Amino acid sequence: MANNIKKNLTRVQQEYKELAQSVEPPRPILKNFIRAFIAGGAICLVGQAIQEMFVHWGGFDEKKAGDPTVAVMILLSVILTSMGVYDKFAQWAGAGSAVPVTGFANSMASAAIEHQSEGMVLGVGGKMFKLAGPVIVFGTVAAFAVGIVHLLIKGGGGS
Amino acid sequence: MIFLWAFLVGGAICVFGQFCFDVLKLTPAHTMTLLVVLGAIVDGIGWYDPLIEFAGAGASVPITSFGNALVHGALQELKSNGWIGIITGIFEVTSAGISAAIIFSFLAALFVKPKG
Repeated sequence: MANNIKKNLTRVQQEYKELAQSVEPPRPILKNFIRAFIAGGAICLVGQAIQEMFVHWGGFDEKKAGDPTVAVMILLSVILTSMGVYDKFAQWAGAGSAVPVTGFANSMASAAIEHQSEGMVLGVGGKMFKLAGPVIVFGTVAAFAVGIVHLLIKGGGGS
Repeated sequence: MIFLWAFLVGGAICVFGQFCFDVLKLTPAHTMTLLVVLGAIVDGIGWYDPLIEFAGAGASVPITSFGNALVHGALQELKSNGWIGIITGIFEVTSAGISAAIIFSFLAALFVKPKG
Protein backbone atom coordinates (compact mmCIF):
# COMPACT_ATOMS: atom_id res chain seq x y z
CA MET A 1 0.00 0.00 0.00
CA ALA A 2 2.90 2.33 0.74
CA ASN A 3 4.02 1.99 -2.87
CA ASN A 4 0.63 3.03 -4.21
CA ILE A 5 0.71 6.18 -2.16
CA LYS A 6 4.25 6.88 -3.35
CA LYS A 7 3.27 6.65 -7.02
CA ASN A 8 0.64 9.36 -6.68
CA LEU A 9 3.14 11.88 -5.36
CA THR A 10 5.01 14.36 -7.54
CA ARG A 11 8.79 14.10 -7.71
CA VAL A 12 9.34 16.94 -5.30
CA GLN A 13 6.98 15.32 -2.81
CA GLN A 14 8.82 12.05 -3.15
CA GLU A 15 12.16 13.70 -2.56
CA TYR A 16 10.75 15.47 0.48
CA LYS A 17 9.39 12.21 1.83
CA GLU A 18 12.75 10.51 1.44
CA LEU A 19 14.48 13.43 3.13
CA ALA A 20 11.98 13.38 5.99
CA GLN A 21 12.47 9.65 6.42
CA SER A 22 16.25 9.99 6.48
CA VAL A 23 16.23 12.55 9.29
CA GLU A 24 13.47 10.90 11.30
CA PRO A 25 15.03 9.64 14.54
CA PRO A 26 14.98 5.83 14.70
CA ARG A 27 12.51 4.49 17.24
CA PRO A 28 14.20 3.07 20.34
CA ILE A 29 12.61 -0.31 19.73
CA LEU A 30 14.42 -2.35 22.38
CA LYS A 31 13.77 0.25 25.08
CA ASN A 32 10.09 0.42 24.10
CA PHE A 33 9.82 -3.39 24.23
CA ILE A 34 11.33 -3.53 27.71
CA ARG A 35 9.06 -0.74 28.96
CA ALA A 36 5.96 -2.38 27.44
CA PHE A 37 6.94 -5.69 29.02
CA ILE A 38 7.46 -4.24 32.50
CA ALA A 39 4.36 -2.02 32.44
CA GLY A 40 2.08 -4.66 30.91
CA GLY A 41 3.38 -7.34 33.24
CA ALA A 42 2.88 -5.04 36.24
CA ILE A 43 -0.73 -4.29 35.27
CA CYS A 44 -1.44 -8.02 34.92
CA LEU A 45 0.21 -8.55 38.30
CA VAL A 46 -2.17 -6.00 39.85
CA GLY A 47 -5.04 -7.81 38.11
CA GLN A 48 -3.90 -11.13 39.54
CA ALA A 49 -3.70 -9.60 43.04
CA ILE A 50 -7.24 -8.18 42.76
CA GLN A 51 -8.48 -11.54 41.48
CA GLU A 52 -6.88 -13.38 44.43
CA MET A 53 -8.59 -10.93 46.79
CA PHE A 54 -11.98 -11.66 45.24
CA VAL A 55 -11.32 -15.40 45.50
CA HIS A 56 -10.16 -15.29 49.13
CA TRP A 57 -12.45 -12.69 50.64
CA GLY A 58 -15.21 -12.07 48.09
CA GLY A 59 -16.51 -15.62 47.91
CA PHE A 60 -16.04 -15.86 44.13
CA ASP A 61 -14.65 -19.01 42.58
CA GLU A 62 -11.58 -18.93 40.31
CA LYS A 63 -13.71 -18.62 37.13
CA LYS A 64 -16.27 -16.07 38.32
CA ALA A 65 -13.63 -13.80 39.87
CA GLY A 66 -12.66 -12.57 36.40
CA ASP A 67 -15.72 -10.32 36.00
CA PRO A 68 -15.37 -8.25 39.19
CA THR A 69 -11.62 -8.08 38.59
CA VAL A 70 -12.11 -6.55 35.16
CA ALA A 71 -14.69 -4.11 36.55
CA VAL A 72 -12.31 -2.98 39.33
CA MET A 73 -9.41 -2.61 36.88
CA ILE A 74 -11.63 -0.48 34.65
CA LEU A 75 -12.74 1.67 37.58
CA LEU A 76 -9.10 2.20 38.64
CA SER A 77 -8.15 3.08 35.07
CA VAL A 78 -10.98 5.61 34.74
CA ILE A 79 -10.02 7.23 38.06
CA LEU A 80 -6.35 7.46 37.01
CA THR A 81 -7.41 8.83 33.63
CA SER A 82 -9.57 11.48 35.30
CA MET A 83 -6.59 12.59 37.37
CA GLY A 84 -4.45 12.75 34.24
CA VAL A 85 -2.06 10.11 35.59
CA TYR A 86 -2.80 7.31 33.15
CA ASP A 87 -1.89 9.32 30.06
CA LYS A 88 1.50 10.27 31.55
CA PHE A 89 2.08 6.63 32.41
CA ALA A 90 1.02 5.68 28.86
CA GLN A 91 3.70 7.91 27.36
CA TRP A 92 6.31 5.94 29.25
CA ALA A 93 4.74 2.50 28.82
CA GLY A 94 3.51 2.54 25.21
CA ALA A 95 1.68 -0.67 24.41
CA GLY A 96 2.24 -1.85 28.00
CA SER A 97 -0.56 0.46 29.10
CA ALA A 98 -2.66 0.25 25.92
CA VAL A 99 -3.03 -3.53 25.55
CA PRO A 100 -4.52 -4.42 28.97
CA VAL A 101 -8.26 -3.72 29.55
CA THR A 102 -7.19 -0.64 31.49
CA GLY A 103 -6.06 0.85 28.18
CA PHE A 104 -9.46 0.10 26.65
CA ALA A 105 -11.13 1.93 29.56
CA ASN A 106 -8.60 4.75 29.32
CA SER A 107 -9.41 5.30 25.65
CA MET A 108 -13.12 5.53 26.43
CA ALA A 109 -12.80 7.75 29.49
CA SER A 110 -10.34 10.16 27.90
CA ALA A 111 -12.45 10.46 24.74
CA ALA A 112 -15.57 11.07 26.85
CA ILE A 113 -13.87 13.76 28.93
CA GLU A 114 -12.16 15.39 25.96
CA HIS A 115 -15.35 15.80 23.91
CA GLN A 116 -17.52 17.16 26.75
CA SER A 117 -17.60 20.57 25.11
CA GLU A 118 -19.45 19.11 22.10
CA GLY A 119 -22.40 18.25 24.31
CA MET A 120 -23.58 15.25 26.26
CA VAL A 121 -25.15 13.33 23.37
CA LEU A 122 -22.93 14.06 20.37
CA GLY A 123 -19.74 14.67 22.33
CA VAL A 124 -19.65 12.27 25.27
CA GLY A 125 -22.05 9.67 23.92
CA GLY A 126 -20.85 9.72 20.35
CA LYS A 127 -17.09 10.09 20.72
CA MET A 128 -16.65 7.69 23.63
CA PHE A 129 -16.24 4.76 21.23
CA LYS A 130 -13.69 6.40 18.94
CA LEU A 131 -11.07 3.74 19.72
CA ALA A 132 -13.23 1.23 21.58
CA GLY A 133 -15.69 1.08 18.67
CA PRO A 134 -13.43 -0.72 16.18
CA VAL A 135 -12.37 -3.13 18.92
CA ILE A 136 -15.98 -4.04 19.73
CA VAL A 137 -17.04 -4.21 16.07
CA PHE A 138 -14.22 -6.47 14.90
CA GLY A 139 -14.31 -8.53 18.09
CA THR A 140 -18.02 -9.16 17.57
CA VAL A 141 -17.63 -10.02 13.88
CA ALA A 142 -14.72 -12.35 14.67
CA ALA A 143 -16.70 -14.03 17.45
CA PHE A 144 -19.64 -14.45 15.07
CA ALA A 145 -17.37 -16.03 12.46
CA VAL A 146 -15.86 -18.39 15.02
CA GLY A 147 -19.37 -19.29 16.19
CA ILE A 148 -20.46 -20.09 12.62
CA VAL A 149 -17.38 -22.27 12.09
CA HIS A 150 -18.15 -24.19 15.27
CA LEU A 151 -21.79 -24.56 14.20
CA LEU A 152 -20.72 -25.96 10.82
CA ILE A 153 -18.14 -28.35 12.24
CA LYS A 154 -19.84 -29.61 15.38
CA GLY A 155 -23.45 -28.57 14.88
CA GLY A 156 -25.38 -26.69 17.53
CA GLY A 157 -26.62 -28.60 20.54
CA GLY A 158 -30.00 -28.01 22.16
CA SER A 159 -33.00 -27.28 19.95
CA MET B 1 3.85 -19.01 40.98
CA ILE B 2 0.76 -17.82 39.13
CA PHE B 3 1.92 -14.25 39.84
CA LEU B 4 5.18 -14.84 37.98
CA TRP B 5 3.40 -16.32 34.96
CA ALA B 6 0.83 -13.51 35.02
CA PHE B 7 3.66 -11.01 34.82
CA LEU B 8 5.56 -12.86 32.08
CA VAL B 9 2.60 -13.71 29.85
CA GLY B 10 0.92 -10.32 30.29
CA GLY B 11 4.21 -8.59 29.56
CA ALA B 12 4.78 -10.74 26.49
CA ILE B 13 1.37 -9.87 25.02
CA CYS B 14 2.11 -6.18 25.57
CA VAL B 15 5.49 -6.56 23.84
CA PHE B 16 3.64 -8.03 20.87
CA GLY B 17 1.46 -4.90 20.92
CA GLN B 18 4.57 -2.72 21.02
CA PHE B 19 5.96 -4.75 18.11
CA CYS B 20 2.83 -3.85 16.11
CA PHE B 21 3.33 -0.16 17.01
CA ASP B 22 7.04 0.13 16.29
CA VAL B 23 7.92 -2.49 13.70
CA LEU B 24 4.67 -2.99 11.75
CA LYS B 25 3.83 0.73 12.22
CA LEU B 26 0.18 0.05 13.02
CA THR B 27 -1.98 2.63 14.77
CA PRO B 28 -3.14 1.81 18.32
CA ALA B 29 -6.68 1.20 16.98
CA HIS B 30 -5.41 -1.32 14.40
CA THR B 31 -3.24 -3.03 17.01
CA MET B 32 -6.08 -3.39 19.53
CA THR B 33 -8.39 -4.66 16.79
CA LEU B 34 -5.79 -7.20 15.68
CA LEU B 35 -5.29 -8.42 19.26
CA VAL B 36 -9.01 -8.84 19.85
CA VAL B 37 -9.45 -10.81 16.63
CA LEU B 38 -6.43 -12.96 17.53
CA GLY B 39 -7.94 -13.60 20.97
CA ALA B 40 -11.21 -14.67 19.34
CA ILE B 41 -9.46 -17.05 16.94
CA VAL B 42 -7.22 -18.56 19.64
CA ASP B 43 -10.30 -19.24 21.75
CA GLY B 44 -12.02 -20.67 18.69
CA ILE B 45 -9.37 -23.40 18.52
CA GLY B 46 -9.68 -23.85 22.27
CA TRP B 47 -6.25 -22.62 23.35
CA TYR B 48 -7.25 -19.57 25.36
CA ASP B 49 -8.74 -21.38 28.36
CA PRO B 50 -5.56 -23.38 29.01
CA LEU B 51 -3.62 -20.11 28.79
CA ILE B 52 -5.85 -18.48 31.42
CA GLU B 53 -5.51 -21.58 33.60
CA PHE B 54 -1.75 -21.24 33.30
CA ALA B 55 -1.20 -17.48 33.48
CA GLY B 56 -4.31 -16.18 35.29
CA ALA B 57 -4.64 -12.42 34.93
CA GLY B 58 -1.69 -12.44 32.53
CA ALA B 59 -4.11 -13.84 29.97
CA SER B 60 -7.40 -12.39 31.23
CA VAL B 61 -6.34 -8.73 31.63
CA PRO B 62 -4.93 -8.00 28.13
CA ILE B 63 -7.48 -7.00 25.50
CA THR B 64 -7.09 -10.39 23.77
CA SER B 65 -9.31 -11.80 26.52
CA PHE B 66 -12.10 -9.56 25.22
CA GLY B 67 -12.12 -11.53 21.97
CA ASN B 68 -11.92 -14.70 23.99
CA ALA B 69 -14.92 -13.66 26.10
CA LEU B 70 -17.01 -12.76 23.03
CA VAL B 71 -16.37 -16.20 21.53
CA HIS B 72 -17.04 -17.87 24.88
CA GLY B 73 -20.46 -16.25 25.14
CA ALA B 74 -21.35 -17.20 21.56
CA LEU B 75 -20.25 -20.83 21.95
CA GLN B 76 -21.95 -21.25 25.33
CA GLU B 77 -25.30 -20.11 23.98
CA LEU B 78 -24.76 -22.10 20.80
CA LYS B 79 -24.54 -25.20 22.99
CA SER B 80 -27.59 -24.40 25.09
CA ASN B 81 -29.91 -22.62 22.62
CA GLY B 82 -28.87 -23.78 19.16
CA TRP B 83 -27.85 -21.58 16.23
CA ILE B 84 -29.57 -18.41 17.46
CA GLY B 85 -27.18 -18.51 20.43
CA ILE B 86 -24.36 -17.22 18.24
CA ILE B 87 -26.21 -13.90 18.02
CA THR B 88 -27.76 -13.75 21.47
CA GLY B 89 -24.72 -15.00 23.35
CA ILE B 90 -21.87 -12.86 22.00
CA PHE B 91 -22.12 -10.20 24.72
CA GLU B 92 -23.14 -12.59 27.49
CA VAL B 93 -19.71 -12.81 29.11
CA THR B 94 -18.28 -9.38 28.19
CA SER B 95 -21.21 -7.52 29.69
CA ALA B 96 -19.26 -6.73 32.88
CA GLY B 97 -16.35 -5.16 31.02
CA ILE B 98 -18.35 -3.15 28.49
CA SER B 99 -20.98 -1.94 30.97
CA ALA B 100 -18.36 -0.95 33.54
CA ALA B 101 -16.31 0.92 30.93
CA ILE B 102 -19.36 2.81 29.60
CA ILE B 103 -20.79 3.68 33.02
CA PHE B 104 -17.52 4.78 34.64
CA SER B 105 -16.44 6.74 31.55
CA PHE B 106 -19.80 8.53 31.44
CA LEU B 107 -19.58 9.41 35.14
CA ALA B 108 -16.03 10.67 34.61
CA ALA B 109 -17.27 12.90 31.77
CA LEU B 110 -19.94 14.32 34.12
CA PHE B 111 -17.57 15.26 36.92
CA VAL B 112 -14.13 15.79 35.40
CA LYS B 113 -13.05 18.88 33.49
CA PRO B 114 -10.73 18.26 30.52
CA LYS B 115 -7.08 19.20 31.09
CA GLY B 116 -4.65 20.88 28.73
